[in-house]
Amino acid sequence: MKRRDFLKSVTGVAAGAMVPAPAIWSAAKAQARSETLLIVSESGPNNLDIHGVGTNVPGYEVSWNCYDRLITHEMKTGPGGVAYYDRDKFKPELAEDMKVGDMSVTFKLKKNAKFHDGAPVTAKDVKWSLDRAVSVGGFPTFQMGAGSLTKPEQFVVVDDSTVRIDFAKKDRLTIPDLAVIVPCVINSELVKKNASEKDPWGLEYTKQQTAGSGAYKVTKWTAGTEVIMERNDDWVGGPMPKVKRVIWRMVPQAGNRRALLERGDADISYDLPNKDFVELKDSGKLNIVSVPYSNGVQYIGMNVKIPPFDNPKVREAVACAIPYQKIMDVVLFGLAKPMFGAAANAPTEVAWPQPTKFVTNIEKARALLAEAGFPNGFETTLSFDLGFAGVNEPLCILVQESLGQIGIKTTINKIPGANWRTELNKKALPLYTNVFSGWLDYPEYFFIWCYDGKNSIFNTMSYQSKEMDAFIHGAVDAAAIGDKAVYEKDVKGFVDLAFKDIPRIPLYQPYVNVAMQKNVSGYQYWFHRRLDYRALVKA
Amino acid sequence: MLTMIGKRLMFAIPSLIGVVIVTFLLTRARPGDPAAYFAGPAATKEAVEQIRKKLGLDKPLIEQFFRYTADLARGDFGNSLTTGQPVATEIKNRLPASAELTLLGLVVSIVIAIPLGVLAATRPGSWIDHLCRVTTTAGVSLPVFFTGLVLVYVFYFRLGWSPAPLGRLDVFYSAPPAVTGFYLIDAIIARDFETFRSALSQLILPAATLAVFSLAPIARMTRASMLAVLSSDFVRTARASGLSPGTVIVTYAFRNAMLPVITTLSMVFSFLLGANVLVEKVFAWPGIGSYAVEALISSDFAPVQGFVLTMAVMYVLLNLLIDILYGVIDPRVRLEG
Repeated sequence: MKRRDFLKSVTGVAAGAMVPAPAIWSAAKAQARSETLLIVSESGPNNLDIHGVGTNVPGYEVSWNCYDRLITHEMKTGPGGVAYYDRDKFKPELAEDMKVGDMSVTFKLKKNAKFHDGAPVTAKDVKWSLDRAVSVGGFPTFQMGAGSLTKPEQFVVVDDSTVRIDFAKKDRLTIPDLAVIVPCVINSELVKKNASEKDPWGLEYTKQQTAGSGAYKVTKWTAGTEVIMERNDDWVGGPMPKVKRVIWRMVPQAGNRRALLERGDADISYDLPNKDFVELKDSGKLNIVSVPYSNGVQYIGMNVKIPPFDNPKVREAVACAIPYQKIMDVVLFGLAKPMFGAAANAPTEVAWPQPTKFVTNIEKARALLAEAGFPNGFETTLSFDLGFAGVNEPLCILVQESLGQIGIKTTINKIPGANWRTELNKKALPLYTNVFSGWLDYPEYFFIWCYDGKNSIFNTMSYQSKEMDAFIHGAVDAAAIGDKAVYEKDVKGFVDLAFKDIPRIPLYQPYVNVAMQKNVSGYQYWFHRRLDYRALVKA
Repeated sequence: MLTMIGKRLMFAIPSLIGVVIVTFLLTRARPGDPAAYFAGPAATKEAVEQIRKKLGLDKPLIEQFFRYTADLARGDFGNSLTTGQPVATEIKNRLPASAELTLLGLVVSIVIAIPLGVLAATRPGSWIDHLCRVTTTAGVSLPVFFTGLVLVYVFYFRLGWSPAPLGRLDVFYSAPPAVTGFYLIDAIIARDFETFRSALSQLILPAATLAVFSLAPIARMTRASMLAVLSSDFVRTARASGLSPGTVIVTYAFRNAMLPVITTLSMVFSFLLGANVLVEKVFAWPGIGSYAVEALISSDFAPVQGFVLTMAVMYVLLNLLIDILYGVIDPRVRLEG
């Protein structure tokens, strides 16, 4: 073969296979396309059951859509007109009604509720599922405990369709905790059949398939590649979802996720870099929704046990030297809610998160540092989680530069995602940036984790103060008995103290960014920040 | 022949044992605590300990090792924590995806590189020689993810000729019944030409990316080896005897120049199979490379060990195959020697 002919034929073959290959060929496939929602995201679930060992966050999304809970939240209009879950209003999902007594709550189940395999949902299933949540250990048990749900004896079968949950103690978070993802109702007979002596709760079985009564069921799951979910047409937990089929594909490359959206091939993507979101927003070709994380704050933390951060003056100096506005503009492209720069005379609110009064003031920072006995500054390390390098890295470089101006020389310490939590757990990082957000949107919930003297993993600053503990526990106790005045006083108390002692410097409330095609509507913001397919509509 | 193969496989056993020990120790020596990672963002110390116990990581290292080898002997590679699946199944599912892509990339590369190398060698200093030099230098110096992204940008995003970079098949096609695991072959077996076409069109861009990258070693090696052979005595004799240039080059020179090319091919293939992580990432390809890297990032031991072991076995088999091929191409090569 001559060289020319050969080259011609090669390009010919390549072009031949490429050009006439439209995505959809037959009419049936076009039909399927209009009833199917194609979601692309960076990573997928590693387990379909939230009770599993080490289930990752994408796994929560599957659980949320494929299982029902007894109750769920009502919707309200949130920031920017986005449908937003209503923290204080509950509506029944699997339950028909809910009667809250003094020390217990009773649920009556919907009579016609069925699991995906057709078995009716009974009180026994509910008890078994809740028992499982408080018994399997790890994250689910811990989350149940956050609402004072700790022992199987608390869940009582009254009759076939009635369940009573006894309170261990009065706790405002018990009812909200029954509406999070963890207390989902599982088909107990089906799972028990597939359980073994080594695995009495059947975790291996539910890891691979969904066994719930939810609006969707997983029909195919290829780990790391795709999840396909079909609508459960017998669902009684709410209005029938419009989307028949959800295909969720993992596309690791952010640029490709954007290209897929812009070309109109993907319907929704929700983990694009901020810059891409801003550009997509400006182009106006897609629906872009940005909602602040509920009860979440990105912050600069300082370990108060490690000198010189044990000195409040040093911490205040750092807080005055943070380039807040620059971070908002350069790192986040404005896609976050500032948590700094409140007016000097602004009163403290009974809310969390709320902005501090700090603004960038290098002169003041220098003076404070001199006052603290470090006129020439000091050296330290500034650590961040590489798993979120897109935001953390530029943020830390800005902070490093700014702290340099007051003589604090920082070395940036990049910690791989897998090690981040281990390092935080050691509580040996002097200065770092991190983000925390709580599912339950209550100020005292945030503070118990992040500021309480029992020094949980999220109290990354090892901050311990008797005064702080008194405010936090005062607020928790006041909330349980509904003493509004004391509650408000204590919340303001702990917020003021947190800003005065400033062991962690709030920077901003991050946004959840969702990009979708113009013909997709019905996005709802949930505390877990994952997608709720049940409300989505594709025109 | 058979005794030779048996002998070669026997020799491979100590190196495989070495690989098992080294990967086990290396994965354990990495910083990072899988228990803390998988306990989730909201885990308490107790929760982390519970996870550690469940994963068997609270046991002494030596006990973990014996348990691991005992499982291996039963063909159990353990479970991946990131994907939640048994490692053996995952590798079985993902290896064909990588192999299909790599083989196709390699075939495209061979089809272009070998003629290019031969032509460059027969006309040293001509424009085709320069073309060969320029393309290979460009190919090897462009990072694969860059080539991949440019191809996606041009052929998918701008021109719309290529389908969405969403892995092995368009979302609305289902995979053909698995026989070989290679979608192209399976689709032909199932006589499902629509799927064949979809699979092929998904393959073109990633395969082209890999081909661009692997052009250089093959073309350069072909050229160098051809040059050496063309200047040897027997070629001069053949020419002097009045054989046509075609016969001299193809029958005499090319066959003799093949040995180093085959060696390069085997190296390129095994290298690509493991190293096409970036291509897999760019094209959302469910292959073995991206699997291993993701596992590594999340301190997920079992898949890393499984991956290294699989690659080691593949190297052993590939080397054996190449040695056998040597014998076919050049009967003078003695396998024992």
